[in-house]
Amino acid sequence: MKNPFENLDKALEHRVRLQIMSVLVTHDGYEFNALKEVLSITDGNLASHIKALEREKYLTVSKSFVEKKPNTKYKITERGRTAFKKHLDALEAVVKQQK
Amino acid sequence: MKEIQEYEKDIASIRDMMERSAKFISLTGLSGVLAGLYALAGATAAYFTVHYPISPLKFRIYSVREPDTLLRLILIATLVIIASLATGLFLSSKKAKKQGVKLWSAASQRMLLNVSVPLVSGGIFILIMLATDHFGLAAPASLIFYGLALIQGSANTFDEIRYLGYSQIILGLVSAMLPGYGLIFWSLGFGVLHIVYGAIMHNKYDK
Repeated sequence: MKNPFENLDKALEHRVRLQIMSVLVTHDGYEFNALKEVLSITDGNLASHIKALEREKYLTVSKSFVEKKPNTKYKITERGRTAFKKHLDALEAVVKQQK
Repeated sequence: MKEIQEYEKDIASIRDMMERSAKFISLTGLSGVLAGLYALAGATAAYFTVHYPISPLKFRIYSVREPDTLLRLILIATLVIIASLATGLFLSSKKAKKQGVKLWSAASQRMLLNVSVPLVSGGIFILIMLATDHFGLAAPASLIFYGLALIQGSANTFDEIRYLGYSQIILGLVSAMLPGYGLIFWSLGFGVLHIVYGAIMHNKYDK
């Protein structure tokens, strides 16, 4: 009997990170403020989880200026996409095993 | 080690996020520009109804108390709204077809729902104002509520919509400080701002 828990991704254990990844997986580039609204969390909270995901190289950050206003966009990397899928499969396996 | 329900919650939250973050990207810049032009035409008609022959830049005390004038203004406003909505719907459905997406999607429904709360409450509030002879702040109130509605709806569509919302609110607040110039600010907000942002969006997304 294989243990599906082993396939769960430590970096994606936290639900906020999982939510960030699910938004980025379906959208090609999402802006900081929009992300904050969708997740309904604070600036600081979002920033710290973004940093963690960036460290894992799961997403890339692109800072630009739109009409002199700083605009930060996040994009998922291929590595992140693969990790997210793997984690999702593991989640399903865990739940299935319990049923 | 998490409880099994926690894992199920994880999966549910993924689904929820994917749905919540869906964006309505069939909005067209062109419909913004046209809505702005209709608003300017409406403002011109309103000017001839109320102000003429006094210069629109001259301060004047309102005399929209004649029910006739007020009804005519409401009629103009209604026409502008209907024309703008019809244009927006038509152009968006065309764009949606081109994009191969549904116009009536989870994203567009969510956007409409978010927008409708401030819009409907604002609309009712303004009608009450007019019915109780508080004409002075009706135009600023319409700008402020419209701005709030845009900010509400912006999470589900292009980012420009949020900035348009901020601009409308600022304009509405300035307008509230300068009573008697309602028509000018109304034309700036619903006319000029729509044209400016519509043009920006058209150049950025629809070219």
